[in-house]
Amino acid sequence: MASLLQSRTPSLSFSSSLCSTPVIRPSVSFLKPRSGPRIPVVRAKIREIFMPALSSTMTEGKIVSWIKSEGDVLSKGESVVVVESDKADMDVETFYDGILAAIVINEGETAPVGAAIGILAETEGEIAEAKAKATSQFSSAPAPSAPKVEESSPAPKVDAPSPPVDAAPAPSTPGKVVATPYAKKLAKQYKVDIGKLVGTGPFGRITPEDVEKAAGITPAPKSNVAAPAAPVASSAPASVPSKAPSNFPEIPGSTVVPFTTMQAAVTKNMLESLSVPTFRVGYPIATDALDALYEKVKPKGVTMTALLAKAAAVALAQHPVVNATCKDGKSFTYNSNINIAVAVAINGGLITPVLQDADKLDLYLLSQKWKELVEKARAKQLQPREYNSGTFTLSNLGMFGVDRFDAILPPGQGAIMAVGASKPTVLADKDGFFSIKNKMLVNVTADHRIIYGADLAAFLQTFSKIIENPESLTM
Amino acid sequence: MQSAISLSLSSPSTIARSDCTAAAAANSYICTPRSLRFCGLRREAFKSKSFNSLSVSTRLLPCSRNSSFKKVCAALQSNGAPSKGEFDYDLVIIGAGVGGHGAALHAVEKGLKTAIIEGDVVGGTCVNRGCVPSKALLAVSGRMRELQNEHHMRSFGLQVAAAGYDKQGVADHANNLASKIRSNLTNSMKALGVDILTGTGTILGPQKLKFGKGGSGDTIITAKDIIIATGSVPLVPKGIEVDGKSVITSDHALKLEFVPEWIAIVGSGYIGLEFSDVYTALGSEVTFIEALDQLMPGFDPEIGKLAQRVLINPRKIDHHTGVFASKITPAKDGNPVIIELIDAKTKEPKGTVEVDAALIATGRAPFTQGLGLENINVQTQRGFVPVDERMRVIDSTGKLVPHLYCIGDANGKMMLAHAASAQGISVVEQVSGKDHVLNHLSIPAACFTHPEISMVGLTEPQAREKAEKEGFEVSITKTSFKANTKALAENEGEGIAKLIYRADTGEILGVHIFGLHAADLIHEASNAIAMGTRIQELKFAVHAHPTLSEVLDELFKSAKVVSSSHVAQPVAV
Repeated sequence: MASLLQSRTPSLSFSSSLCSTPVIRPSVSFLKPRSGPRIPVVRAKIREIFMPALSSTMTEGKIVSWIKSEGDVLSKGESVVVVESDKADMDVETFYDGILAAIVINEGETAPVGAAIGILAETEGEIAEAKAKATSQFSSAPAPSAPKVEESSPAPKVDAPSPPVDAAPAPSTPGKVVATPYAKKLAKQYKVDIGKLVGTGPFGRITPEDVEKAAGITPAPKSNVAAPAAPVASSAPASVPSKAPSNFPEIPGSTVVPFTTMQAAVTKNMLESLSVPTFRVGYPIATDALDALYEKVKPKGVTMTALLAKAAAVALAQHPVVNATCKDGKSFTYNSNINIAVAVAINGGLITPVLQDADKLDLYLLSQKWKELVEKARAKQLQPREYNSGTFTLSNLGMFGVDRFDAILPPGQGAIMAVGASKPTVLADKDGFFSIKNKMLVNVTADHRIIYGADLAAFLQTFSKIIENPESLTM
Repeated sequence: MQSAISLSLSSPSTIARSDCTAAAAANSYICTPRSLRFCGLRREAFKSKSFNSLSVSTRLLPCSRNSSFKKVCAALQSNGAPSKGEFDYDLVIIGAGVGGHGAALHAVEKGLKTAIIEGDVVGGTCVNRGCVPSKALLAVSGRMRELQNEHHMRSFGLQVAAAGYDKQGVADHANNLASKIRSNLTNSMKALGVDILTGTGTILGPQKLKFGKGGSGDTIITAKDIIIATGSVPLVPKGIEVDGKSVITSDHALKLEFVPEWIAIVGSGYIGLEFSDVYTALGSEVTFIEALDQLMPGFDPEIGKLAQRVLINPRKIDHHTGVFASKITPAKDGNPVIIELIDAKTKEPKGTVEVDAALIATGRAPFTQGLGLENINVQTQRGFVPVDERMRVIDSTGKLVPHLYCIGDANGKMMLAHAASAQGISVVEQVSGKDHVLNHLSIPAACFTHPEISMVGLTEPQAREKAEKEGFEVSITKTSFKANTKALAENEGEGIAKLIYRADTGEILGVHIFGLHAADLIHEASNAIAMGTRIQELKFAVHAHPTLSEVLDELFKSAKVVSSSHVAQPVAV
């Protein structure tokens, strides 16, 4: 990464000459008194500030905070930025006088050792030039800003200006911007120009919500989408993004908890799903054979999730339309791979790790893969393709004893299957004999633009046959 | 104005601790207070007006020693007999705050017949409107902060649903705590037989005072010695209109009647910092307005910097520094609170801030009006009662007023509850015949944010200044909480401890701690300073493992005391 980055900025004479001796050096005076070697003076006007190597094992560092802001005049030896290495937070000092022209890596972001984290200009006249370099570098290479996706949040990092606000009420005092402290912090973080926002808070002030909205964190629903029916109030006391500030009656003692990034992403997806015409088909399936098989393969590390995903994948292979997507409302998009996304509840959020090519992998590999995915999900280390490449989703609430439920179709997929608990049920067969068999109800929600009732019914019949004769799954 | 001027130690006159004769006292005692802000109380500048012209009058004035004393207090209990029957009491303390309480208890122990006059409620500022209720609020805010920190909780493997709070419940906790401590204080004095006299105390002349509700119903009593311990009230600079609702002082804030969405805190000293901790934990956003160029001016700069990174930058706080709030208009007629700012130096307008509420935390003003100081020719300085290093009151001619002492916030030496108490004990020692001078450099101070900040002795710049004057070298060593097992177990590795010392003698000049339970950790250092213990001795003290106290253990062990009385070994250079 480091070399890639440097090759991109050949115009900055410093980047290559100094990569072995960072412009800035850590000074942790309680570890060691300052006695670093002097770096020879190099006549360069615009210098990059690099992510320093603060320990021998450090490969990347996180910017804890910028002590200086853009435009601040720095003098040699001043602390500029606090970097968190694998060991500790350390103040990093500049080795040159100059002006901090641009911050490339923002607070909270991570950069590899040697990557440029800021641009130092020698004189005021060079600030613009330095800034331009920083922006071109930043926009042409968005990777260095977040070389490692730590948060598996699909929330977009917005560095574009806020979307135009339509029908804005005129601010009470033109030309004066009143923003709360947190709103200002967020604006800095998401690079939102606070001057362009219109505050919706008390006295027309800009609130953190306004900035988040502008940054697309909790976007307002599109105008062609009907406003969502008021969500269940009891389960969602938190603010629900809706177009007009809804006037729910104020209930004393209520607490407002803002969405986490993950929750905001879920909300966004859920609102988008409202634009898709869906329908549902349910199917009862006997599971005695599946349960017996599960008992047999359980010691080998096979999980019920893997069994169901495999069964769904095998059934989908025979019904490609259920594995298809309607992207533009005009065509079918048939997916070449069968990637089963499985919904997992995780610390107040929801994520769908994806078992790729579930029809091709054998049950044991699939189980192993699943285990890895869950561990990664818990550690928030899922890569985007590991949670957003699904072509069909499986949601299982059977372990809670739920007998049937209805899933919302995630955007970009054709169908989602909701699996209920397997329960002993009295059945009468065609000869009039009663028997007790384990039975579960599955319920598939599908996009009716591409998947019709008969398609879904046929798919479910196949799926049911596979579950009732599951030996083929182990092959 | 809200700029508590930070005085540096301009004259590092070591305060004599041994016996000093009155003649010695007559020599130049330049009482030089350090710049300190304590217990949320910002120290008003106490100009180091030289009292070197003072001459001690050991001769008692002949007046008022006549026989016209009356026994007025019916409820005399056996807390010692008034000496020789000449006075109603051996000691009368005006003001039953923490300082007066500490003095009263010690006086009874010394066998003095003691009374304490209180015009309001026992406990004073600390118990009723200061340290005590604010600690209750901070206890709540600390827990809220922890519960809201999902990352922190998850690192313990804990899952907590969204934490919320009940404002009234929080306010009740603070109020209940204050009542409980107040009754404890009252009971402890009653149990010892201290007479609690209700009303306002006024000094009529030497060794003579009255108390009561004012008017003719007042009762006149005599006392061999009198201690003024009337404390302080929140300081409200000119131009600021406090309405108790949207523009408030700490007195109102502690009742927590209102948690605004956005509050401006004028002053970033202890009071301001602690309240910013409370308000941000309860969901408010905070704007600091500080007259000096940087936040937290009273702290050691390094500690202040770290504290700012932890306590201010990541929170929903912004700040304006180098500005005065020249005018604050409370919210009314549908307008927000409007704060007009001017540059602290040039006085040029620097715009306005519109917020939902403003907390005035610019310091504390002494509460010394109506004390009758004019009757004994004492002139206050900005309201503070001038005293010498033994807390003896100095009159306008620079002479000591016999048998009259002033302790605590009213003298402004060190505006801290425990300093007042220590001063009171020191005075009682003196009046019971044993000379005593309190070493203020051994008095610790703490700020109860999360994590806490504590300090004792000099800051690094003060130490360096002293070192330059006296020609020694200052050494500094630091340890991090990140290396402490207990802190890591608590997932609270943020913090440092800093030791400022003399490498040649091993004398501790100052210790500053920022980290988990810093306020409790400082006492090892403050006791060492008070006892004169040297680092080379402290190094051999044992600390239980694993405890936070090991942060200090490591600190002392990392200090390098170069020479000792023994012959130094040759050092390879």
